[in-house]
Amino acid sequence: MAIEQPALRVDAPPRTRWQGILLALPVTLLMTVLLVVPLLIIGVNSFAQRGPDNAIIYNFSLNNYLRLLGIAEPGTWDTLYIGILIRSLWLAFQSTVLVILVGYPLAYFIARAPRRQRNFWLFLVLVPLWTNFVIRVYAWIMILRNQGVLNSLLGWFAGLFGLPFTPLDLYPSDLAVLICMVYEFLPFMILPMFTSLEKIDDSLYEAAADLGANAWHTFWRVTFPLSLPGIVAGTILVFIPVMGTFIVSDILGGRQVILVGNLIQRQFLDARDPVFGSAATIVLMVLTLAVTLYYTRKFGFAEEAFGR
Amino acid sequence: MTRRRSPWLLIVTALVYVFLYAPIIVLIVFSFNASRTNVVFEGVVNQGDCGAFYWFCQLGRNRELVAAARNTFSVAAASTLASTAIGTMAALALQRYKFPGKAYSEVSLYIPIVIPEIVMGVGLLVLYSALFGFINNTFGLTGDNRLSLGLGTVILSHIAFSVPFVALVVRARLQGFDKAVEEAAMDLYANEWTTFWRVTLPIIFPGVMSGALLAFTLSLDDFIITFFTTGPGGTTLPIYVYGLLRRVTTPELNALATVWIVIVFVVLMLSQLAGRRSEAH
Repeated sequence: MAIEQPALRVDAPPRTRWQGILLALPVTLLMTVLLVVPLLIIGVNSFAQRGPDNAIIYNFSLNNYLRLLGIAEPGTWDTLYIGILIRSLWLAFQSTVLVILVGYPLAYFIARAPRRQRNFWLFLVLVPLWTNFVIRVYAWIMILRNQGVLNSLLGWFAGLFGLPFTPLDLYPSDLAVLICMVYEFLPFMILPMFTSLEKIDDSLYEAAADLGANAWHTFWRVTFPLSLPGIVAGTILVFIPVMGTFIVSDILGGRQVILVGNLIQRQFLDARDPVFGSAATIVLMVLTLAVTLYYTRKFGFAEEAFGR
Repeated sequence: MTRRRSPWLLIVTALVYVFLYAPIIVLIVFSFNASRTNVVFEGVVNQGDCGAFYWFCQLGRNRELVAAARNTFSVAAASTLASTAIGTMAALALQRYKFPGKAYSEVSLYIPIVIPEIVMGVGLLVLYSALFGFINNTFGLTGDNRLSLGLGTVILSHIAFSVPFVALVVRARLQGFDKAVEEAAMDLYANEWTTFWRVTLPIIFPGVMSGALLAFTLSLDDFIITFFTTGPGGTTLPIYVYGLLRRVTTPELNALATVWIVIVFVVLMLSQLAGRRSEAH
């Protein structure tokens, strides 16, 4: 990314090193103290042991990780925590796929709208994003709960046609968590997808039409491949936060939906088992990094994610 | 340009916009609800001096909430100022200079973007607890003198997570920078300092501003990192709302949402208009 341009002119001002060092000093200090050191502490703690009265005993072992895998006790396999990890991955996968499916038509519509209108349509995508994350979770409670907006509307429709209606039991549920996740992160997918789609030259569509491609072929042979960088970028922007968000499942999932985020939060704040929480945190971090890395290796790194 | 668009595309697009706006509309409508339990809309409230705006007036009388709002804006303002300065410096350093430890700075700046927020939140919680425990013990601090989580730790944490985003945005702007302009300034005997203030900064200023706007938004919206690093006196609006969601909610919360949405809408409109103006120049 940072390719140094060779100085074209001999008398160009020399970039002295100390200026670079001074400029980078605050950020390096900040990130070291508030990011690198904490991650190292978490890493070390994840191998430690929980002592009486919440003390941490630095007696290193793999116990916390074995407990996560459910093989701490020889001869038995406890799938509780493995289940939580798999469920989190599965939810993140479902959310990402749904966000792509829901967001794509909208991104395509905006990218193909007349140039002067595009900003307006994009602006409309951004407004909901700016209302607070937690408040949006609350909105979904209002919509999905038993006597909520959705059930009232459905009941009214059913009444209109004289159909019997039993309210849908949506809150709390896994489905409510999924719907809210899709809602929360949809704009993060639409923006990079739009950036990719907007770059596609009109002449490409015309060329495809001239060569006799129908709409279906044009989409799969031209539009989709060219929008892939945006999808990759959006996937990263959606997948990572969904993996770590605990408030949506906490509020909309009742007590049933426990994700790895909830597990970590409870270990640190309610259960007071920070060493086990540390191991879960490290696993979450490694898991997201591995998935992201694999994904970007496969589809190429998406500069789009951060370019705009 | 006249292009025929498939009706299906229009229908799906309309549905997605409905999906995006239905929750917003519900939030706004229910802030005028006469029902305190707020499950079913039972007509427009008409109570007290404020009439239909009863819940909005209640909002202003709620001390806890007003304090949380004040905290939210202090945190956002303070962390935006600091992170914009630090992030811009970082962008300049990384984009234009070679120095020892550059790779380390670069990687440490990317980490917060590619790990879930909860990882950083938990890390900060552990760091602050360890540090404060150590300091309190060493200096024998007791009672009110003890260091504890609060507004200070929240601000510091917000700076840490928004700096990478500011740096990223400013770097993107620096990448399209024509160095010849700076060289011209130097040829005209401006020193490096003058060149920076009179030439470089004005050119990258839009990037710095969008970085600042991003930092401000991230800070206003943040729940996870604040959740782990807050303490007495450091409650922000998202934390306050989360507390309500676990207990009991009235249309007051909707009134808060409505006020929030209106403010955001106005600010976004103004920044769009400002952006259009600066483009016109």
